[in-house]
Amino acid sequence: MNLLESFRVALRALAANKARSFLTMLGVIIGVAAVILLVSIGSGVQASITSQIEGLGSNLLFVFPGQLEGAGGPGGGGGLTKRFALEDVRLLRDRLQGVSFVAPAASGAATVRFENKTTKAQIVASDENLSQVGTYKLARGRWYRRSEVDGSARVVQLGSAVAEKLFPFTDPIGKEVTVNGQRFKVIATMQKIGGGFGGSQDTIVYMPVTTAQRLSGSSDLAEIIVKVTRAEDVDQVRAQIKRLLKPKFGDEFTVFSQEQTLSLLGNLLGTLTVMLAGIAGISLLVGGIGIMNIMLVSVTERTREIGIRKAVGARTYDILSQFIIAAVMLSVAGGLLGILIGAGGAAALKSVVPTEVTWWSVALAFFFAAAVGVFFGAYPAYRASRLDPIVALRYE
Amino acid sequence: MAAGDKRSDASSDGEAVLEVDHVSKAYELEGVTVHALSDVSLQVRRGEMVSIMGPSGSGKSTLMHIIGLLDHPTSGQVVIEGEDVGRLTPNQLAQLRNRRIGFVFQAFNLLPRTSALANVELPLVYSGVSGANRARLAREALERVGLGNRLGHSSNQLSGGQQQRVAIARALVTEPSIVLADEPTGNLDSRSGIEVMAILQQLNAEGITVVLVTHDPNVARHAQRVVEIADGRIVREEPVKDRRSAADELANLPNAARVAAEEAPAT
Ligand SMILES: Nc1ncnc2c1ncn2[C@@H]1O[C@H](COP(=O)(O)OP(=O)(O)O)[C@@H](O)[C@H]1O
Ligand SMILES: [Mg+2]
Repeated sequence: MNLLESFRVALRALAANKARSFLTMLGVIIGVAAVILLVSIGSGVQASITSQIEGLGSNLLFVFPGQLEGAGGPGGGGGLTKRFALEDVRLLRDRLQGVSFVAPAASGAATVRFENKTTKAQIVASDENLSQVGTYKLARGRWYRRSEVDGSARVVQLGSAVAEKLFPFTDPIGKEVTVNGQRFKVIATMQKIGGGFGGSQDTIVYMPVTTAQRLSGSSDLAEIIVKVTRAEDVDQVRAQIKRLLKPKFGDEFTVFSQEQTLSLLGNLLGTLTVMLAGIAGISLLVGGIGIMNIMLVSVTERTREIGIRKAVGARTYDILSQFIIAAVMLSVAGGLLGILIGAGGAAALKSVVPTEVTWWSVALAFFFAAAVGVFFGAYPAYRASRLDPIVALRYE
Repeated sequence: MAAGDKRSDASSDGEAVLEVDHVSKAYELEGVTVHALSDVSLQVRRGEMVSIMGPSGSGKSTLMHIIGLLDHPTSGQVVIEGEDVGRLTPNQLAQLRNRRIGFVFQAFNLLPRTSALANVELPLVYSGVSGANRARLAREALERVGLGNRLGHSSNQLSGGQQQRVAIARALVTEPSIVLADEPTGNLDSRSGIEVMAILQQLNAEGITVVLVTHDPNVARHAQRVVEIADGRIVREEPVKDRRSAADELANLPNAARVAAEEAPAT
């Protein structure tokens, strides 16, 4: 019997039991769709974060208080660590060679109010140089000026979500809002950045660092941002920073380059993606066991048929191929449907989470599905093919 | 080789198409050994029609399954057209079943939910006959058993007699040298039984060797020779003196004309 004939026999057997064939396929469909969808979320988030960080512009160094433990990120020392203040920014600005700017950065929580509407926001406070850090882009209005930093002016730029919440119908620019009870003039609204990792960046309000320090009554800075003029000087500038800050801070600070941040996050998110794929892979495995189960049932159910086929001359190979092909058809059809559903789901989710369907996840899921079919179909098929004709015929 | 040599001097009517040589078959059942066959030897000549007769449980089916290469003897030899089948692999046996032997079961053993035509095509599928030829040969075989007008009917749309005739068509479609029929009339009413016997006699008249199993002496007398078996042993072997003709019986049945009209192919 040729392969085409085996296909026809297998197809007819599957068609004779449509509901069961579909339910069997469902395991594979869900498994493949889950692999593709979860991997697409993993790599989508990874790509979006990477592009956000790359959007910061190259040649940036971030100086954090506290000591970096291995590659674990800044922090650790917590309350005991000495904080940066504006005088440290001034020190670096005066003494560093080969840098474009040195900018302070402070943060805090804020409640922003306009008329009877309020919303929660995070404060990002810096100086006029922040406008040169690529990620933060104006929608309308202008950045705060040097003079406003020097004068602790009460001006604020609203993240897109804050602006939408407080000014659903009117133009916020020029209006007065209160931030933590103090009156501020709105000078700009920001472009929508979208959901990143760990909260939206659209609920940030931006103000001069001096203003923020007055508002909070604290002169602490969260970090210092240094832009190196030429990429090849990054390591040399890092060394300068270490030397300059050593007398005051000892080793209690960390200089972090954008590359380090990227590779750190890349590792982390890569691991996350693989983990998601692994979880989805388990569901594929379960789908495979479903196939084996159904094939075993159908071998048992069709024992007499196997006996009849053998009695009229079917060879071991004929029966074997008939059942393996049935199993593979189930899993391949399930795999294709799963790819459609997974890719469709990824496209549908795009408005909520960044997703990116990767070819390797599609290939992996599909070939895994096909392999599942062969692997889990093989044992029942082997059993069926080895039956003695008379034993199979006598089977009740 | 040997098989070919044997066939070449075949025309003399002594040639054995089937030899059963000291065959025994024992089953172990819960520690008790059941001897289904004990030292059975039998020869069937080419073109012969032989009945194997015996009471229920005497080992007739066991013998037929062994002859039909569906089962293995515990000891002894089966030689089909000069070939000792004990030495063949499962796939070679499958090929012999496919090409040389047509088996007709008491319980028909047709594929369910499958048309008569597809059932008859089945052995051809495994002998590698291509689609168009396959359908033509299957149709011809069904016409030979008088079912040319029932090609598309599936098993459950056919009477027992018609199903058994489909099974016979399936057995003869590959033009085997031997047709083995195990109680082919056992599940049929007497008229259908006679019709089936008429077909088997017709096949035999066309030169096919037929081995028939029955417990009914009247059915057995359709053959040229009756081999009696009891408790797994051959107890008697004798030629049939007044051989019955199923075709004549059919003609003498009271309402034969009406049935014949019914069975005639639609025009
Ligand atoms: N698969 C089997 N296992 C155990 N005993 C069997 C089996 N098949 C047949 N037998 C026994 O072998 C004997 C002959 O059976 P069988 O050949 O079917 O008889 P018949 O066809 O003449 O009625 C019986 O005693 C039966 O019980
Ligand atoms: Mg029997």
